[in-house]
Amino acid sequence: MKKLVKGNEAVVIGALVAGCDAYYGYPITPASEIAHAASEYFLPLGKVFVQAECETGAINMVFGSASSGLRVMTASSGPGISLKMEGVSYLAGAQLPCVIVDVQRVGPGLGNIGPEQGDYFQVVKGGGHGDYRCIVLAPSSVEETYHMTIEAFDLADKWRTPVFILTDATLGQMIEPIDIRQEKIHRAEKPWAVTATPESNENLVTSIYLDFDDMENYINFLHDKYRQITETEAKAEVYGADVPDIVLTGYGITGRMLRSAVDKLNEIGIDATLIRPQTLWPFPTDVYRKIVKPGVPVLSVELSRGQFIEDVRLALPNNKVKWYGRVGGHLPELNELVNQAELCLKEAAND
Amino acid sequence: MTKVYEKSPVFFDTFERKPSYKETTHYCPGCGHGVLHKIIADQLAELGLQDRTIIVGPVGCGVFIYYYFDCAAVSSAHGRASAVATGVSRANPDSVTISYQGDGDLAAIGTSNAIHAANRGENMIVFFVNNNIYGMTGGQLAPTTLIDQISTTSPYGRTVKNDGFPLRMAEMMAGLEAPTLVARVAVNNPKNIRQATRVIKQGLEVQRDKKGYVFIEVLAQCPTNWKKDPKDACEWIDNVVCKQYPLGIYKDQVAEREAQERPCERVDFAAVARQLGLEESPEKPENQIEMIAEELRFKFAGFGGQGVLSLGMLMAQMSMEHDMDVTWLPSYGPEMRGGVANSSVVVSKNKIGSPVVDHPDVLVALNGPSLEKFGPLVPAGGLIIYNSSLIDHVPDGLKGKVYPLAATDLATEAGTAKAANVVVLGFVAQKTNMFELADLEKFLAKSFKKPALLDVNIKALRAGWEAADKS
Repeated sequence: MKKLVKGNEAVVIGALVAGCDAYYGYPITPASEIAHAASEYFLPLGKVFVQAECETGAINMVFGSASSGLRVMTASSGPGISLKMEGVSYLAGAQLPCVIVDVQRVGPGLGNIGPEQGDYFQVVKGGGHGDYRCIVLAPSSVEETYHMTIEAFDLADKWRTPVFILTDATLGQMIEPIDIRQEKIHRAEKPWAVTATPESNENLVTSIYLDFDDMENYINFLHDKYRQITETEAKAEVYGADVPDIVLTGYGITGRMLRSAVDKLNEIGIDATLIRPQTLWPFPTDVYRKIVKPGVPVLSVELSRGQFIEDVRLALPNNKVKWYGRVGGHLPELNELVNQAELCLKEAAND
Repeated sequence: MTKVYEKSPVFFDTFERKPSYKETTHYCPGCGHGVLHKIIADQLAELGLQDRTIIVGPVGCGVFIYYYFDCAAVSSAHGRASAVATGVSRANPDSVTISYQGDGDLAAIGTSNAIHAANRGENMIVFFVNNNIYGMTGGQLAPTTLIDQISTTSPYGRTVKNDGFPLRMAEMMAGLEAPTLVARVAVNNPKNIRQATRVIKQGLEVQRDKKGYVFIEVLAQCPTNWKKDPKDACEWIDNVVCKQYPLGIYKDQVAEREAQERPCERVDFAAVARQLGLEESPEKPENQIEMIAEELRFKFAGFGGQGVLSLGMLMAQMSMEHDMDVTWLPSYGPEMRGGVANSSVVVSKNKIGSPVVDHPDVLVALNGPSLEKFGPLVPAGGLIIYNSSLIDHVPDGLKGKVYPLAATDLATEAGTAKAANVVVLGFVAQKTNMFELADLEKFLAKSFKKPALLDVNIKALRAGWEAADKS
């Protein structure tokens, strides 16, 4: 059943199809349509929707409902995600499954409400205090936003962890068709949840371990889980030439624009390939190492001044990886990307 | 011999959740928390609520409340207990949700969360333990610290000039409409403990009956940080603390309130589909698109209110129904105010890469600024359709093929100037060979339910189509 929807609305439809029980949020441009749609659809279905008093309130309501075993989500944009980060650390620390959407806008500070990808470090590398990780999914279309939202709830349940969906102002505001169907959902049993029944009396949801040995064991346990996630859940789309002269890489809206650049380059006789990470944590390092042969130049494009590229360089320590990007709310033009790729090739030839 | 009193079964016999010293509490001698814990445990047992109770603990000395209560428990971040308890209570409509918070937690870092939970009338009972000081972190100034009281961050005594006045939370909460029961009690002497027990029992009954929000402020002694012995600490509450914080019932609407049910339902996909208004099999258009190119990139631009966004949506919807891939990207936010609104539409027979339209194959400019801004971006071979009813100046040096279209005039002739975007739709469809006129008319019939409105729009559509035919 095809429907034309905004990226932000696709999040909510995906959540409904995934059986999300509760939404807690706070308004912020360009993410507000997620709260609009959630209130419109959740309340008549008897699901929980609360517009919280603040972002910290919203994420802590998520904490409460996740502790209770619900499928629960919240969404915001950069400034709001900064505020939520306290709660994200506690959610990760207490191993609570939930889904958090960041519709990135321009920063730092107030910035503006245009598209940017400057929340990469905040979302992918941490943001809250302590030594934890969150799975981060990066859709590049409305359809993928929809599917990844469904997947995010399953991953959150499977690994007992918060899962981020990292979009941006363009993906959130644009409209594309999505095909809405019943999906197979993997809702986990949650015997650890607090449920107001005698069976749950013994349950305690916490992240406090006063004893240093207990705490060390727990952190090691978390990181053993993170290792398993790294080994099994990393994903990327690869598109273009089998044996590329140049590799273009970027995530989200940028990755999608690079797809057009790859087409254009292939049209003019340059064998180009796109690597578009669909998970930013875990980062699909193996895909890069498999596709990118020694000596092949890489153009890494992001809407920030060099965050994403750090992970690309860690994946490809022996390749020349060149940064390109726009910030401030601008998206690069197609010709700009093609020119940069040609420049990158030329520089590689001169080395 | 008859046993008349025993330890509440809601308390554990030994504190296995505690990492060490499992038979003693972590509280200091003479602390008020222990007394309060005991009252709560006794009353939960008496009312038979143990198996429905979920305790949300704070950060502060009460952080380890879960050591003692044989109930489900959740630890929250500092100040966030009322928000966490909101999430717990909404998820468990049959629960007795307890939010147990200290004065730093509730009255400083978490004031906002506390007040808003109260104002929503959440089904929860909040125990606000007011001992005028930060206990756990080492005796710092709290919002509730008394004037002249010494603390580790008011070593010369609290002053109004520097720290403001001691905050009266029960009075604030009682000023809100939603709370069902608001009281201030103390646990420093037998008389006050009896009164506290009565109020706490009543508060838990409110939770049992789902009658909304209860706030019980409890004046508690902190001998350690007050630097007093336990007996002096208890007396200090009577002689000094109660003058600033009078005991009493501040609000009692228990008799008037009814149970409030807040649903938390699971529904199947069919219910979701109904709610989304998904149609099982929308009617497919008869004719396939024979577009003039594999992919067309459109820019629709004009004043906000000229229907440029909805024109883009009409094109997108039609294209989707013809099984084309399509993207629609609006200008939004500050871009929309006072200037040029635009929408970018890409229609393709293949999977669309970038949704951004830098150099449109087809530009529709409904006002002068739009033509000035986007006209020069149209490459040779592209189409520029401008609203000649409103634009009398065409910039020099445009590379695209320029078509004047008196969209506003034709729409006015059809019945309303508002239909100018539908005139454009007819024109563009004919010029790009995208849709058949008959399919467009069927589509409009679905979009405009009122016959008079449909009639006007059909006329506008045909006027645009004919104008394209002639130009």
